[in-house]
Amino acid sequence: MAKDGFETLKLVGTRPNRPDGLDKVTGRARYGADFSLPGMLWGAVVRSPHAHARIVKIDATKAEALDGVKAVITRADFPTGLTGEDWNLQENTMAGEKALYDGHAVAAVAATSKLLAEQAARLIEVTYEVLPHVIDVDAAMAEGAPVIRAGAADATVPEGLHPNVVRYMEFGRGDVDAGFAEADLVMERTYKTEATHQGYIEPHACVSKMGADGKGEMWVCTQGHWYIRKMSAAVLGIEASQLRVTPTEIGGGFGGKTTIFMEPLSLALSKKAGGRPVKIVMSRSEVLRATGPTASASMDVKIGMTKDGKITAARAEFRMQGGAFPGAPVDMALYCCFAGYKLANVHHVGYDVLANRPKCAAYRAPGSPNGAFAVESLVDEMCRKLGLDPVEVRLKNGVTTGDRASYGPKFGSIGLTEVLEAVKAHPQLQAPLGENQGRGFAVGYWFNHNGETSVSMAIGEDGTAQVSVGTPDIGGSRASIALMVAETLGIPYEDVGVNVVETGALGVNEPTHGSRATFASGKAAVEATQAAIKEMCRRAAAEWDIDDEAVEWVNGAAQPAGPNAGKFPPMSIKEIAGKMGQTGGPISGHHESVPDGVGASFGAHVVDLEVDPETGRVTILRYLVVQDAGRAIHPSYVEGQYQGGAAQGIGWALNEEYVYDDKGRLSNTVFLDYRVPVASDLPMIDTVIVEVPNPGHPFGVRGVGETGITPPLPAIANAIHDAVGVRMTHLPINPPKLLAALKAR
Amino acid sequence: MARITVHLWSGLRRLTDGDLESVEVDASTVGEALVAVAAQHPGLEPVLAAGVSVVIDGEVSTSRRQVIQPGSEVYLMQRLKGG
Repeated sequence: MAKDGFETLKLVGTRPNRPDGLDKVTGRARYGADFSLPGMLWGAVVRSPHAHARIVKIDATKAEALDGVKAVITRADFPTGLTGEDWNLQENTMAGEKALYDGHAVAAVAATSKLLAEQAARLIEVTYEVLPHVIDVDAAMAEGAPVIRAGAADATVPEGLHPNVVRYMEFGRGDVDAGFAEADLVMERTYKTEATHQGYIEPHACVSKMGADGKGEMWVCTQGHWYIRKMSAAVLGIEASQLRVTPTEIGGGFGGKTTIFMEPLSLALSKKAGGRPVKIVMSRSEVLRATGPTASASMDVKIGMTKDGKITAARAEFRMQGGAFPGAPVDMALYCCFAGYKLANVHHVGYDVLANRPKCAAYRAPGSPNGAFAVESLVDEMCRKLGLDPVEVRLKNGVTTGDRASYGPKFGSIGLTEVLEAVKAHPQLQAPLGENQGRGFAVGYWFNHNGETSVSMAIGEDGTAQVSVGTPDIGGSRASIALMVAETLGIPYEDVGVNVVETGALGVNEPTHGSRATFASGKAAVEATQAAIKEMCRRAAAEWDIDDEAVEWVNGAAQPAGPNAGKFPPMSIKEIAGKMGQTGGPISGHHESVPDGVGASFGAHVVDLEVDPETGRVTILRYLVVQDAGRAIHPSYVEGQYQGGAAQGIGWALNEEYVYDDKGRLSNTVFLDYRVPVASDLPMIDTVIVEVPNPGHPFGVRGVGETGITPPLPAIANAIHDAVGVRMTHLPINPPKLLAALKAR
Repeated sequence: MARITVHLWSGLRRLTDGDLESVEVDASTVGEALVAVAAQHPGLEPVLAAGVSVVIDGEVSTSRRQVIQPGSEVYLMQRLKGG
């Protein structure tokens, strides 16, 4: 569905096998837990069994007496005096005066075997003074709630709010009261979403060593090894330049592997154990108890609409908890929730609230799914009440290029209209529905991100190319980058290798976050390739004794730019590369920037489902994702991102949640109890790639990784209403909850 | 150096003297604009120091040295990134 341009492309838009595919399907690829070093020790972490407790005493005498135990660390082994987010990271890595959530690390041990380390961890005696705790976001900001950390609020918080409110925001434009007065229908609802985990297959794993010379090395599964380096160095009080971090292959991240958890512990243990390498591999239980889930939210939304579907005013007040530290993505939730609508009158209020839960990490379009659940549910309810088509109402109010976003600035090139038109044209909207079956529709949005990026590429003697990037490949970015470089050079896809390299090999790279890898590393790779092409043209010009500017690059070869430039046969990349040792030495290109031209992405989902009225179980019958990719470099991996986002959103909508007992302990710490969708739960998820090219990228790329998780939450709730007439406002809509709602009808 | 209107989005407005929706400053680059905004409204300084996204004509600025053209639309927002 390309809108325009790019007709001459030969490789971009094709679907070759991914270069890392064979290693991954044959077990040769090395993930975090696969890495080992000679003389390596194993680390284990002692975690708090309490949601909120003062740490009175830690006695490691019995553990240290075990033969084979080489090091024990507590917070006393960490530097003091950190501030801001560095302090938050340190406190989350290893508790100080208080354990702030069930699973919070309080000590760690290194021993000669995994079993011994775990046995030693059990022998470390921690004396706690248990404190009152709070889990729910509304309860956490209510009068009388236990104070998790006094003085944690930043300057934005007005006086008079509970100390657990650590950030506050209020913004908007127009006159919402006047806008509501113009409406024929004004509705207001409260919605809640529960915290969910990113649910990556591969638990966190790393091997670290810290030498006596103060230099450290780490091998780790991560979305961003420069972030691991910077954060670990800050937490341990060492210079980032003294730490070299190599990423392993990564078995999923979705935002959850953009930060540190146990990585600094392995470095600190190694240092205390005389420089022996220390490996730590989290169990699934540790992953769920102690690594970043997303935030939970409590949200009030009010919308005014005329009889013909025009939205006259909108208001959102969101309260989100992101664990025991600031950082719930309430700002992003507010920015995204009305982003699809052209609004003259809009007002947003947000509260970032502390609760006794693990520190939240980014999760695929952080905040946007929560906000979409609230707003898209209410818009759907109002459409039904007014007898309006929900797709037409989105088209009527939908933003287009140049419109002012609900969150302030004007949009650049966007493709919401094209997405909605593609939905209208799709046959799923005409598929018949039976008894207890319903259809739901919703729209979602994500900004996408650029970020610090550094890429290098080198031409081989045989005319192939090797590209070094710093963004770990979590969604097929090696293949996409190879396609773009091969297209630019005019050589076969198979002649380009893309390598994810360590922190010593490139300038700083932000993680693979914000759906940026194919956009940012891809754009930088194209720029680096253009630099190498320029040099190859220069080598040809020197051989032909003509001006550099008189040479152009066409189909993998240098050639005179026109009849006046001279009459020489094209000089192929293989010819130039084969003799580069004699014409000036190696040929390479590099590019470093924070690339501009990020293109935002809108998507819309349609779900058909069936509700079993006897059990409350929901079966997904058909699922359609339509999203603007700008330009799909490798369509299979774009479709994979769409399907993955939908699958995770379906889990969030129907089953996934953190279940705490009355002591604030997480009850569902394994995948048997924390229920993510599996293949047998899902139909084949249909996809339509809309292509409204992003003018800010040489091939028109928009990030595609995050938008897809946003619409499923409301689309499913809307479909359930269509099927059985109950409006579910609190996720997840699991069978007991839906059954209770059906009985209450 | 041109007269620039810096729109304050998100929670920044109440930190100005007078709950302002925008601040007028003389600046030619992003860096100069941020310094001038903080100088006029010291209450904003810690939030600006902690990091904000500067959006110029709909696009997040990539550098404090980025030139702001006269007439450009400038917004300060919470720092954007993602998962």
